[in-house]
Amino acid sequence: MAERFATVNEVVDRLREVDYLADTGIAGVVYLADRLEKPVLVEGPAGVGKTELAKAIAATTGSRLIRLQCYEGLDESKALYEWNYKKQLLRIQADREHETDWATVESDIFSESFLLTRPLLEAIRAQESVVLLIDEVDRVEIETEALLLEVLSDFQVSIPELGTIVGQQRPIVLLTSNNTRELSEALKRRCLYLHVDYPDLEREKDIVRVRVPEIDEALAEQVAQVVRSIRALDVKKAPSISETIDWARTLMYLGHSSVDPEVIRDTLHVLLKYQADIAKAKKELVSQANGGLVKSERARQ
Amino acid sequence: MAFNAAKMVDAMTRSQVEVPSGVGSGVMLDVFQGFVHELRAAGLPVSMTENLDAMRAVELVPLTDRDSLREVLAATLVKHFRHRAAFDTAFDVYFALYSGGVSPESDGEEGELGEGEEAGGVPGQQGSGGSGEGMGNEELAEMLLSALMNMDREQMRQLAAMAVSRFAGMEPGRPVGGTYYLYRTLRQLDYDALAGRMAQRAAEQAGDEGEPEDPLGSRFQREEFEARLREFRDLVEAEIRRRLVADRGVGAMARTLRKPLPEDVDFMHASREEMAQLQNAIEPLTRALAARLAQRRRRRNRGHLDFRATVRHSLSYGGVPAEPKFKHPRPSKPDIMVVADISGSVASFARFTLQFVYAMAGQFSKVRSWVFIDGIDEVTRHFSESDEITEAIHRVNTEADVVWVDGHSDYGHAFDVFHDRHLHEITSKTSIILLGDARNNYHASQAWVLKELRQKARRLFWLNPEPRGYWDTGDSIVSDYGIHCDGVYECRNLRQLERFVAAVVEA
Repeated sequence: MAERFATVNEVVDRLREVDYLADTGIAGVVYLADRLEKPVLVEGPAGVGKTELAKAIAATTGSRLIRLQCYEGLDESKALYEWNYKKQLLRIQADREHETDWATVESDIFSESFLLTRPLLEAIRAQESVVLLIDEVDRVEIETEALLLEVLSDFQVSIPELGTIVGQQRPIVLLTSNNTRELSEALKRRCLYLHVDYPDLEREKDIVRVRVPEIDEALAEQVAQVVRSIRALDVKKAPSISETIDWARTLMYLGHSSVDPEVIRDTLHVLLKYQADIAKAKKELVSQANGGLVKSERARQ
Repeated sequence: MAFNAAKMVDAMTRSQVEVPSGVGSGVMLDVFQGFVHELRAAGLPVSMTENLDAMRAVELVPLTDRDSLREVLAATLVKHFRHRAAFDTAFDVYFALYSGGVSPESDGEEGELGEGEEAGGVPGQQGSGGSGEGMGNEELAEMLLSALMNMDREQMRQLAAMAVSRFAGMEPGRPVGGTYYLYRTLRQLDYDALAGRMAQRAAEQAGDEGEPEDPLGSRFQREEFEARLREFRDLVEAEIRRRLVADRGVGAMARTLRKPLPEDVDFMHASREEMAQLQNAIEPLTRALAARLAQRRRRRNRGHLDFRATVRHSLSYGGVPAEPKFKHPRPSKPDIMVVADISGSVASFARFTLQFVYAMAGQFSKVRSWVFIDGIDEVTRHFSESDEITEAIHRVNTEADVVWVDGHSDYGHAFDVFHDRHLHEITSKTSIILLGDARNNYHASQAWVLKELRQKARRLFWLNPEPRGYWDTGDSIVSDYGIHCDGVYECRNLRQLERFVAAVVEA
């Protein structure tokens, strides 16, 4: 089938067109996923753009995004397909007067129109190009993981009443995980692996400028600096990229053209969501912004 | 046996990868397979499939594009973020010589390399005869400072090479790792003071117009300088590594640099740096424990029949209540008590223990903790009142009243006191985790306390930081206590701790 991307650099460029700034790591893996036709397991802290990546790929390749949100207790009938019992029952009841024979009824109620397709089957049956996003895969039980494995390795599904349905095309498949549990070795083996971390200063600044176009460069730089400072602190929940963007927007709406301790104090709650974190950041950034360079440098070594 | 297996894999790889371009042929395939073997030797679980994937993947990127090559190999071979550091080390060693640019031949002779590079590269410096050699140490320091100020990466790279030539004093064939040379070079450059000098320089440049007192700005500046210095340090390290590889060969170098994976680092002997990494790793682990305990609790007992929902649902089956609906029970909060030995014999383990307790306290609201040596004291509030782990540990070490007689472990007395004070607070929902090496200095064991605790509590676990082989030797009486526990686990590294967490959840 036609490849979606010609080179790694093309991945970077085309993701940039849809406002997603990828580094070499991200772009390299997306490129591989396309060429090797393998699913990608994306891990990383919450809010670094794992889900966003799937959306961006879908947007830039003109594919449909099919999303399977995982949760504890997700099973075949919610992930793959289910027969529409209610409709089938109605059908049987409606048929009662006509006294049709069982074989007809059976072939009738187990046909396509009584099938409820769920995201996985939807992705397999799709005619057009598709990006399949399996979100937070670490939430499902081991047994469901096995089901995913089976589907992902062959990209086909056997429905006893209908026969085997084989995928028309190989979608790009992304699985995201927040690492609440170790995924099975088998799943990891079949996937490419991408660990996304918080971006460095430059990239974060660029991201802010792309997502909040009306911001000027100096402010974007300051925003990125503050966020880097906060992430270096030992906080419960470090600010995510989306929170950085929200904060930049907030500053724009409030009409601030530069960041000073006062502004930080008043808007910190956009970046941090725990009271303890906010208190700590205030203490560090607002009241005593100086001192401790040599100390922290030593500690690191 | 292992050797044969490796051979076989090699042969399989060769036959299965179609070899169109130069990539899979001979030399390069050997390098890649050597690389994969090295990863396995370092402990990464690289399977056959992954190896094949990697070989297919490298054909898709140009070999000269080192960054892409690195990412492509990482994506196929490394499936856990904790393993990435080990991968990067091995990658740097194996592909140091293919990094393009400088050829490694001239490496034996100190100085030559720096000279060659410098002549071509650093623009605008007094181009007198021997350039690199002719330059004084002060000039080099000055150039470094200005390169750092302007964030001129190319020049930083060249200066790193020059500094290594001049200061590291590398001797061919000497079997040391790179760290020794790294510190030698950095010391000569006065690395620790560089950040201060950069700040000074920046202040001078800002000069007249500069806003004098802007704490926020200077904080950002400091962080920026630290980041740049780290980058420079990495450059120096890479340069040293490159030369070592050229001198001693890839295999030997990789063996020297091989470190245990983060999950195999022994808590008792972890270095400061490793301890910091462990701390980062513990946090997700406690989150996992919390998440899975919650999951388990919810799945185990479903609630009462939800009559309304059942009737409501039966309408779609023509009034037949075919599918009974149940209420979701509210998960009860886990109630955990942690009792830890913090005596000298387990001091470094205790530090880790306290980190673990601290992280647990962040996840569960009902975690209570005690520490003991021969006396015992509750430290729950030290953890809940401290914002930071170091502060909490400091408070525990200074404020907790854990010495009763002589400050040598006395498990018996500590348990006895615990029993008297807290037995009535233990309920059938309580899980108790005991941490210590059970080296009791031949005091009375008072093991009956654990028996009673277990009868009242839901579960009772013991984590022992000693290798299993040492258990019950000397004054260790872990078995005396162990028979009263639901499980005694050896817990010396992250891998074992993870195993414990998994076991708790299964139980």
